[in-house]
Amino acid sequence: MTAQTDYRLSQLDELEAESIHVFREVAAEFEKPVLMFSGGKDSICMMRLAEKAFYPAKIPFPVLQVDTGYDFAEVLETRDHWVDRLGVRLVVASVEKAIADGVVVDDGKTSRNRLQIGTLLNVLEQEGFTAAFGGGRRDEEKARAKERIYSHRDDFGQWDPKNQRPEVWSLYNGRIRQGEHMRVFPLSNWTELDIWHYIDREQIEIPSIYFAHRRRVFERDGMLLGESDNVTLKPGEAVTERTVRFRTVGDMTLTGCVESTASTTAEIIEEVAASRITERGATRGDDRFSEAAMEDRKREGYF
Amino acid sequence: MDLLRFATAGSVDDGKSTLIGRLLLDSKAIFEDQLEAVEQTSMARGYDYTDLALLTDGLRSEREQGITIDVAYRYFATPRRKFIIADTPGHVQYTRNMVTGASTANLGLVLVDARQGLTEHSRRHAVILSLLRVPHLVLAVNKMDLVGYDEAVYEQIQADFQSFATKLTIPDLTVIPISALKGDNVVTRSTNMPWYEGPSLLHHLEHVHVASDRDLVDTRFPVQYVVRPKSDDFHDYRGYAGRVAGGVLKPGDEVLVLPSGFTTTIEAIDNFDQEVAEAFPPMSVTVRLADDLDVSRGDMICRPHNAPKPSQDIDAMVCWMGTAPLRPRQKLAIKHTTRAGRTMVKDVQYRLDVNTLHRDQETKELALNEIGRVQLRTTVPLLCDPYSKNRTTGSFVLIDEATGVTVGAGMILSAD
Ligand SMILES: Nc1nc2c(ncn2[C@@H]2O[C@H](COP(=O)(O)OP(=O)(O)O)[C@@H](O)[C@H]2O)c(=O)[nH]1
Repeated sequence: MTAQTDYRLSQLDELEAESIHVFREVAAEFEKPVLMFSGGKDSICMMRLAEKAFYPAKIPFPVLQVDTGYDFAEVLETRDHWVDRLGVRLVVASVEKAIADGVVVDDGKTSRNRLQIGTLLNVLEQEGFTAAFGGGRRDEEKARAKERIYSHRDDFGQWDPKNQRPEVWSLYNGRIRQGEHMRVFPLSNWTELDIWHYIDREQIEIPSIYFAHRRRVFERDGMLLGESDNVTLKPGEAVTERTVRFRTVGDMTLTGCVESTASTTAEIIEEVAASRITERGATRGDDRFSEAAMEDRKREGYF
Repeated sequence: MDLLRFATAGSVDDGKSTLIGRLLLDSKAIFEDQLEAVEQTSMARGYDYTDLALLTDGLRSEREQGITIDVAYRYFATPRRKFIIADTPGHVQYTRNMVTGASTANLGLVLVDARQGLTEHSRRHAVILSLLRVPHLVLAVNKMDLVGYDEAVYEQIQADFQSFATKLTIPDLTVIPISALKGDNVVTRSTNMPWYEGPSLLHHLEHVHVASDRDLVDTRFPVQYVVRPKSDDFHDYRGYAGRVAGGVLKPGDEVLVLPSGFTTTIEAIDNFDQEVAEAFPPMSVTVRLADDLDVSRGDMICRPHNAPKPSQDIDAMVCWMGTAPLRPRQKLAIKHTTRAGRTMVKDVQYRLDVNTLHRDQETKELALNEIGRVQLRTTVPLLCDPYSKNRTTGSFVLIDEATGVTVGAGMILSAD
């Protein structure tokens, strides 16, 4: 950024400044913050913002990933690049291990996504993290639209939407009691399009599955899912090869892709700007089960 | 493209949700799957039309009760601007919600129903926006279709409001006749009201000038975080990170650091890996100083002849959000800029009736959702300005020390 005579910030610069402020505030006030890294574009933008917030020092907290066992290889690869480049400590909490240890119960019906909740809460408690950054955005979903930037969690990691602390000006209240923690959402005011503009502007490395590629897919509940060892085809489901990309990344057994030829960030921006369907609605099986699906998971302690 | 944050207020059924739904829909911020869900729900409930208000009903408890209980944030953009709407419900917990929404807003949008004219509610909304020093106010006179698009109705409401507004601080007021349902003057100028010569609501939102609302004269830089890499490459690096709260900082500027009172000059200003020539609000930057001083979080960098006076005696308007009332001698935690301390309530001078502006000096306490003038004594000196001068260095929050809950929002009148 160079000298600006009219003293105006672009909206992207203003969002960046706000997010950086949040990162610094948490680093200054919390004993043990951690950044929840899913490998998706939002959490990668968080990494970028954290990098900027503390530069030239290293990011003063570790990065936490909850490994569902069903993660895309491309996502794990990008994660490793970022962790190496920034020299941060990576904490991996594995859902498989949590199942083996009896922390969560795999009854064969519960999705990996849902089992992440117990796994996550367990690792937060075990490691004693007092603040956990999440990449949630308020434009994503109706319940999120009301969530604070600092979102207080009780002893059980639960969110109480009816009892949120007022959040005035940018004076964040970081008070927690023993056993409680804070979820912090530095990207609250960003939209999906803002994220893409930022990725484009900053030339941020994101997993290749966001870009158009050939993939063997099948249709389920109106979504396109990738073929993998972890999903068994139901009768009538047929695999075909198509040119697709992912709009969100998560548990590969639940995350759908869309047919697209967008192979650069600029092309993705065009596609997102013209898109008439929310990214979750299009591609997240976990949010479709009920009108209040996200709110329920959030209450329990989801990201 | 820049950013405009605005807060909406209106009482139940004035048409706030319809208006927001329309702004989102016409700017294509509503997606098909969201619209379909709302159409389905409207049908299932037996409505004759798609209830756009459902787009903004967030939480399950709200859907069940059919009311909105908490501030919700919405986003839309036009080629000129990105907008963040703080949608503040006007009935339950209205003060808390409005204060929250207005605290960060550049503009306040108050809706009235043309058939009813100004109500106690609309006056109250304007009072809160004025107290929070939201620099621009739009009064949208809605449901003009139901009064035959009559100019006289509009004129009357405008006149009523203007006479009331003389008691308030509203630097910039615009009154727009609209129909949220029919779309008149929302996005495009209406042909039904040729007598109205002003802009459509969206046009006004896109063009209202907000950059000059920031104080670019009085330098205020609350130190938020000290950056010390302790690495081989940046061995001696020591930077003070924070967000500019006022003024313009430049390398070479002579500065005063409070509370220590030392002066030095700015050596460089870093924005990530680049040095910048200037830093102004609301940039987040890292300032390096020429001298090795002991500067830490909570300190303030300002100019030698333009600095706030450190003070422990604070006179402020407080909006109380705690369930138990605020009383004299009560002890609370306080957070002001990047400073934290404790405070004791010395006196509750009066309670402000936000409907009539009457100052009630009889009560010595503030109940939930009441606003009043309060004297505080703090354990640490605050480096503050009057809220009317600077919304960042003039504001604070009060926190209940036992529960950790935010119970008060304060706006400083003066400090000695
Ligand atoms: N005729 C007419 N009806 C309106 C207008 N705006 C809103 N309404 C209706 O007024 C009722 C209340 O509107 P709603 O947006 O839910 O109000 P809210 O409680 O302020 O959010 C609904 O039946 C709307 O369809 C308008 O401009 N003209």
